[in-house]
Amino acid sequence: MIYLEKRPQPAKALSYFTPVLAVLITMVAGGLLFAVLGKNPVEAIRTIFWDPVFGEFAFYYRPQLLVKGGPLILIALGLSLGFKAGIWNIGAEGQYIMGAVAGAGVALALYPLEAWWIFPLMIIAGALGGWAWAMIPALLKVKFGTNEILVSLMLVYVAENFLKAMAIGAMKNPEGFGFPGSRNLQQYPSAHNTEVIAGSGMHWGVAAAFIAAIMGYILLNRHMLGFQIRLTGEAPRAARFSGVNPGRLVLFCMGTAGALAGLAGMFEVAGPAGQITTGFNVGYGFTAIIVAFLGRLHPFGIVLAGLLMALTYIGGEAAQSTMQLPAAAIQVFQGMLLFFLLAVDVLTNYRIRITLGEAA
Amino acid sequence: MDISAINPALLLASLMVASTAVLIAAIGELIVEKAGVLNLGVEGMMITGAICGFIVAVTTGSPLLGFVAAAFGGAVLSILFAVLTQFALANQVASGLALTLFGLGLSALMGQSYVGIKPPSSAKLDLPVLSDLPFFGKVLFSHDLMVYFGLALVAATWAFLKYSRAGLILKAVGENHDAAHALGYKVIRIRIMAIMFGGACAGLGGAYISLIRVPQWTEGMTGGVGWIALALVVFASWKPWRVLLGAWLFGGVTVLQLNLQAAGIAIPAEYLSMSPYLITILVLVIMSFDRSGAPASLGRTFHASQ
Repeated sequence: MIYLEKRPQPAKALSYFTPVLAVLITMVAGGLLFAVLGKNPVEAIRTIFWDPVFGEFAFYYRPQLLVKGGPLILIALGLSLGFKAGIWNIGAEGQYIMGAVAGAGVALALYPLEAWWIFPLMIIAGALGGWAWAMIPALLKVKFGTNEILVSLMLVYVAENFLKAMAIGAMKNPEGFGFPGSRNLQQYPSAHNTEVIAGSGMHWGVAAAFIAAIMGYILLNRHMLGFQIRLTGEAPRAARFSGVNPGRLVLFCMGTAGALAGLAGMFEVAGPAGQITTGFNVGYGFTAIIVAFLGRLHPFGIVLAGLLMALTYIGGEAAQSTMQLPAAAIQVFQGMLLFFLLAVDVLTNYRIRITLGEAA
Repeated sequence: MDISAINPALLLASLMVASTAVLIAAIGELIVEKAGVLNLGVEGMMITGAICGFIVAVTTGSPLLGFVAAAFGGAVLSILFAVLTQFALANQVASGLALTLFGLGLSALMGQSYVGIKPPSSAKLDLPVLSDLPFFGKVLFSHDLMVYFGLALVAATWAFLKYSRAGLILKAVGENHDAAHALGYKVIRIRIMAIMFGGACAGLGGAYISLIRVPQWTEGMTGGVGWIALALVVFASWKPWRVLLGAWLFGGVTVLQLNLQAAGIAIPAEYLSMSPYLITILVLVIMSFDRSGAPASLGRTFHASQ
């Protein structure tokens, strides 16, 4: 008979190992999926995980790794704070959109003025846009005890509609021949989110993501607030007795997550995407949830997980063009990863015991 | 704009249709939550049901078989969640999210070659005499079978929870799983059955959208209805009849805003499309004053110690 025995404490070594294990299992399961779809599984896995980094065209793909990884890391870092404390903000996609709209709004309002302060102002606006959007579920949670999961998610759909309204309405390019979508910010030097190092893919958003990871680490390990976040997640009652104000924590975690998601959106719209369009958001806000868990809610783990997830995006696109692998297959792949991750986590928290015969 | 173009009888009739998908899915989730499990994967199970039902209905030409397949598909997907939360003891919130992300991807993959196809149409159950009644005939008695199935499901769930022994056990498991375990009830087994029932219902709800409501297949076509179903359960304070009320409210708002769009009201369509979600938030806020109905063990992991 097999049964689970709770470990007194989660196994530390295993908690580093389980994400790797989950990735490996996902590769095997993904290979099976690709085989079912009639593709050579080994070739598919190589195209997705190996070629973009080490293959012939790696020079093209490597910068993409940072471009796609940046927003994922930025959003996941914010989400991880809340997840640690048991606060479930799953509406990062909406906060990402609102940050982009706010940031682009500033730029479009000032166009064609050229000044050094425009880009910094956009950064502030982007962060505020995401923050404000996240404050709605946060305040409702603190004031009325409303479920933050559902409210933050509903607001994603509201934000998507708002984005559409902006792309075909207020922010539409007056010189765009009637097509939906705003002016392209890449052609507006003061507002363009340029690469810090040319050709590296490292735009200001990626730099912000790395800075945020370091600040996140310091917050969680060296600051009282970070301790309170961890304490609330692990022992909510103990946290309350020790004087942690749960409401303030909700506001802080949701607000930070919203601001970081908003920043990610703003950097995206001013850089790689370039303009507000109806299909601007591509699901980074949801994929970041997987990134946060894959990174074990640890800032540096999230950086690695974000890059890995970016790799599945890039490799997935490569496999789409070279092997005609359907786009949705990658989405399934990413979903599977979270599944296996949660499943193998049982190993860190429980010991598997096998006894012969009837257990008493 | 011409408000008078909106016919109240037609509006109420389409309200019944618009509320059915969310109603069936929410009733399923209600049973799951009554057993103490929070499955946030409703959206994923719905969309999987939508495509499973669509594929089978198109291939066999029978909408009925399509609905059966949808229920089956939703239930199979929910088993993943059950294994994760009941055996691997994973966090229910995270597992539910995983289910939704996975379901959205899986359905997109399954449905690639079904975009733009029309499914076989479902027969309307025109009740003789009754459907000829003025006003009420149109509103109540000229719908497809699933509308009545949804209403019957509400009644059956209410009776099951209130009068049956099995319903009582289910509630006991949801209120206090340790006590239920001590009494000898198989907590894990009961919860898995509840989760599968929830999955089947979500699948049916999804298929209602792809086979009757829209009817065609597009990626991500459930558009948050699964999440609204989750919100309805909270709104209803875990009571079946109030789920029905909530579903009608949601269906009413959806239909009304579509009618207003068609009537050419001066508000842009995008803002009107927000209204069902905004109303849901508003309702959630109002209902958060009343926490009495929530099962006490909701979302907590059960692990029987030796």
